[in-house]
Amino acid sequence: MNRPDVNQRVLRILAPLLVGAAFLALWEAACAALAIRPYILPPPSAIAESLWTDGPSLLWSLLVTLRVTLAALAAAVVVGGAMALLFSLSRIVEVSLFPYAVILQVTPIVSIAPLIIIWVRNPFAALLVCAWIVAFFPIVSNTTLGLNSADRNLLALFRLYGASPGQTLWYLRLPTALPYFLAGLRISGGLALVGAVVAEFVAGTGGTESGLAFRILESGYLLMMPRLFAALFLLSITGIAIYLILDGISRLLLRRWHESVATADDE
Amino acid sequence: MQSVGKRFATGVEALDRVDLAARRGEFVSLLGPSGCGKSTLLRIVAGLAEPTAGHCRLALDGGDGRKVAAGRIGFVFQDPTLMPWSTVTGNVLLPFRIAGRNGAAERERVAAAVAAVGLAGFERAYPHQLSGGMRMRVSIARALVTEPDLLLLDEPFAALDEITRLDLNDDLLRLWERYRPTILFVTHSVFESVYLSTRIAVMTPRPGRIVAELPVDLPSPRRRAVRTAPEYAAMCEKVSAVLAAAMGGRAPA
Repeated sequence: MNRPDVNQRVLRILAPLLVGAAFLALWEAACAALAIRPYILPPPSAIAESLWTDGPSLLWSLLVTLRVTLAALAAAVVVGGAMALLFSLSRIVEVSLFPYAVILQVTPIVSIAPLIIIWVRNPFAALLVCAWIVAFFPIVSNTTLGLNSADRNLLALFRLYGASPGQTLWYLRLPTALPYFLAGLRISGGLALVGAVVAEFVAGTGGTESGLAFRILESGYLLMMPRLFAALFLLSITGIAIYLILDGISRLLLRRWHESVATADDE
Repeated sequence: MQSVGKRFATGVEALDRVDLAARRGEFVSLLGPSGCGKSTLLRIVAGLAEPTAGHCRLALDGGDGRKVAAGRIGFVFQDPTLMPWSTVTGNVLLPFRIAGRNGAAERERVAAAVAAVGLAGFERAYPHQLSGGMRMRVSIARALVTEPDLLLLDEPFAALDEITRLDLNDDLLRLWERYRPTILFVTHSVFESVYLSTRIAVMTPRPGRIVAELPVDLPSPRRRAVRTAPEYAAMCEKVSAVLAAAMGGRAPA
């Protein structure tokens, strides 16, 4: 790795941090200078304080939300992957079912969440279903695309050597689909969190009454703005962490061969 | 050497009543401009496409009819067509893997094929780490690893630079002398076809048909010196003339 690369990396990390710090300083100064009431907009210092004092209980709530998120993501991977596989094996199944996957995707989750919460008695399961509906589509559509993207000449070659459909799937279609699937997974990770939070919001007191979204709602009712912001901050951090972890997994799996991550310096 | 024949005759737009026979061990070039159905013809021979009229018969290793045992035919596309997630060894091993054979003997043959195309030491490299010419060598190694009776090459060197192409021309000749498969080589380069083949079939487009078959009488084994020999130049001129006449006076592409 040469110098310009190192400078680039430092810049990529340092520049956004500086912008963030400047923004926080401005926010703090504005709150003091304009005497903004803390229940309208708390200064960053108050939020940090709340993060410290309410931290343990907020973290506990975060764990509840995270449990729904990760379970939904896992279900999205399993069901989404299986559906994509089914779609790639049968064109009939794909054209008959894909529109319904799209319908599920485009229907705003807030509008069907109340129904799901009524139908599914178990609060955890209800939240899980909501988050899953939001999260599974990118995996289905991306993986289906990937499974159908195998190189035409390679497919011809597999035919020439008398490969069975199973062999073509295992040696050709699945490896081809992997980068597509991982791209879908990265999107789904963020969406699962969004889905879990939205579902908790809609469920309100009908939900598990302990997730991070519920705490935000509750803080709002109680005008405990610093705590609301602290919870928001935790949610953002969680979203970023999920993305970074999935991105790391993706890089790890593709680093040997895929153009998006393969390093140029070993040529 | 047993004499075997391949014949096909196809109708409709792409190919029109094409007749071609090749004896075992021959190196036949299909020469013609783009879009004259050379590739289609090759795909029919490989069994990857069905002729709409007439039939294509392959007699390989005593087999008859259209069904040919897997591995008796090798195919090299214009692109290297490698699996980017597999190493050189993994790519060359593919025909055996599909056949469900993955033992020490197969590994040995893979290593030999990789060495034969001059890639010893690159067994564990991934395609993206190789140059265009090296990728094409991997593709050729994969086609040869089963020691096929028939090797089909579809403009394999068209996308390579001149220097690499000349190198690969020589290597292909060397491999042909060593493994002696029957070769059907599609190209649009007069010089390449004369240098490589024992016989040239000149094709014209719309509809694709073979208008002339020219035997190439140049010393064998051929080495690079042939390229500057007067006989080579004369042959190139002759083939060019036939091609130009077939194209109705237009300059060969």
